[in-house]
Amino acid sequence: MTEQRETRRIRFIQGNEACAEGALYAGCRFFAGYPITPSSEIAEVLGEKLPRLGGRFIQMEDEIAAMAAVIGASLAGVKSLTATSGPGFSLKQENIGYACITEVPCVIVNVQRGGPSTGLPTGPAQADILQTRWGTHGDHPIIVVTPSTVAEMFTETVRAFNLSEKFRTPVVVLADEIVGHMREKLVVPATGEIEILGRAKPACDPSEYRPYDVSRGDVPPMANFGEGYRFHVTGLSHDATGFPTSDAATVHADQVRMTRKIYGRLEEIEKSEETETGDAEILLVAIGSTARSARSAVRLARERGLRAGLFRPITLWPFPDARVRDLAKKALAVVVPEMNLGQLALEVERVAHCDVPITGVHSAGGEAISPAQILAAVEKAVVR
Amino acid sequence: MGFDYMKYLREEKMPHIWCPGCGHGIVMKALIRAIDKAGLDQDRVVVVSGIGCVSRMPGYLDFNTLHTTHGRALAFATGVKMADPTLHVIAVMGDGDAVAIGGNHFIHTCRRNIGITTVVANNSIYGMTGGQRSPTTPLGDNTSTTVYGNADPPFDISALAVAAGASYVARTTTYHAQQIERLIVSGFENRGFSLIEVIGPCFVAHGRRNRARYKSNLDMYREEKETAINVTATKGKPQSELMGKVTIGVLHHAPMPEFTDEYQKVIEKATHVRTI
Repeated sequence: MTEQRETRRIRFIQGNEACAEGALYAGCRFFAGYPITPSSEIAEVLGEKLPRLGGRFIQMEDEIAAMAAVIGASLAGVKSLTATSGPGFSLKQENIGYACITEVPCVIVNVQRGGPSTGLPTGPAQADILQTRWGTHGDHPIIVVTPSTVAEMFTETVRAFNLSEKFRTPVVVLADEIVGHMREKLVVPATGEIEILGRAKPACDPSEYRPYDVSRGDVPPMANFGEGYRFHVTGLSHDATGFPTSDAATVHADQVRMTRKIYGRLEEIEKSEETETGDAEILLVAIGSTARSARSAVRLARERGLRAGLFRPITLWPFPDARVRDLAKKALAVVVPEMNLGQLALEVERVAHCDVPITGVHSAGGEAISPAQILAAVEKAVVR
Repeated sequence: MGFDYMKYLREEKMPHIWCPGCGHGIVMKALIRAIDKAGLDQDRVVVVSGIGCVSRMPGYLDFNTLHTTHGRALAFATGVKMADPTLHVIAVMGDGDAVAIGGNHFIHTCRRNIGITTVVANNSIYGMTGGQRSPTTPLGDNTSTTVYGNADPPFDISALAVAAGASYVARTTTYHAQQIERLIVSGFENRGFSLIEVIGPCFVAHGRRNRARYKSNLDMYREEKETAINVTATKGKPQSELMGKVTIGVLHHAPMPEFTDEYQKVIEKATHVRTI
């Protein structure tokens, strides 16, 4: 059963609600979660709407269990979602790693709040930037998208599901408390307006099925439990058959392949937005709600005759190395505003190779960064 | 013709990893026979496990098999069952897996009464990691982490399940091999969560460190035989006679609504609300 809508609908809703609506639009029919501020509205909306569409919702005993249930449901063929914030995201890391090594599609929303630990439950932060990339142990690729508006909470959640199915990988929607709780206009697209992708299914006879057969590409076709393929899934390093192996060459090659399946197809994954970057001498790099202030700062700077421009990664991981390097090369200075003590800046520094001075604008106390604060940093960068 | 075990085994995955004298093979045999007896469709069976020696069992079984993270088998199994309630979901765990690191999932899955038949192979030790104390290691026992004797009191897994609200709880030992099969079959018949606790030996990682009680592996099986008392035989017996005994059989059966059945009613309600 699906919700078919012939026409667009205009709504004025909260970011978290838009995320839930995006999940439903993408075909998500299972949610497992655990209450946590500031993401609980996603669970509340889906608890109400999933059963209306024949989907299922479960509030699990803890965050770890919620992540596990999402992977189990996906293996049975149902697009699945969980949503949380920092403390819960930390707990989920164990099974996020399991989804990485078993290549099970699923989407995890992290509406960031202040940390570490319980931190600032109701205050915004962007301090999980590096955790989304490296939070679980071991080498692994992951895709992370970062919405900046309520409309993007919808569209990026849809895109997260599409990417997860297409690449057989967990995808994180990394929002922040401001984007999650703000209210804006959302134009809900009509059915079919955004393409919805599903996982590639095996075409072979069940007796010949190998769950990690990469002979036709780095993303192996995926059968569902119960369809007659009777395959094995394990968090141990495994070969094409899905069974454990500790053969060094096999395991190494598979790790390389899993990273290549994401990093080898960046053009299908990368997404960003640029504001006045054409002639920018001062390059701003910002994500999420901070990018909104940065865009205002660009306008204010331009009014003062300063050639500022904003680069906003929408796909945060894999990090858009090439474009940031190009823009940084042309710039005299780079300013990176972020609600933490400097995480995004580390990536900018890595790709800019110290060719250009990089200044951070930081807020780690649960307050948004204002356009005026960013403008001041831009003006200072020019003087220098 | 004898029983066709090969129908359910992944022969190419043999030999298994279990040590000589281990009870896990007895549990696997009973599970296979129970699945066959219950007539479950091989393509529709999902066997989920966590981490530990017995959790390697799904790899040897020709079903849809899911070897998950330590302690989380029941949480993964819950997701599988919720996504497709028509699947037959079976969980296999060890004692550390089920009631130490997975304790929270264990009690909540009992309470929820979701249709997962759960076999806990309880050998009172962490075998795979080399014989550390588990949450069911008896007081006083020597293990690699309790070299002066265990001071940390053990759980009674079946009693924990009953207290947590499970609708079907049965217990036996690897000595009572045929009873394991019968208890799993009646666990399948209970609509909801069923726990079958199977007490078994681990001579290599536990028995050897406690030579005063166990000269050999056989002493561990002998102990299972001698300490077991069928639940029907305990009626009317004074508590003093039951000291040191392990009650076996169906310890608790109190049918209650199964969770995915109840959730189907939620779906019907939600759909109805919408059409008003």
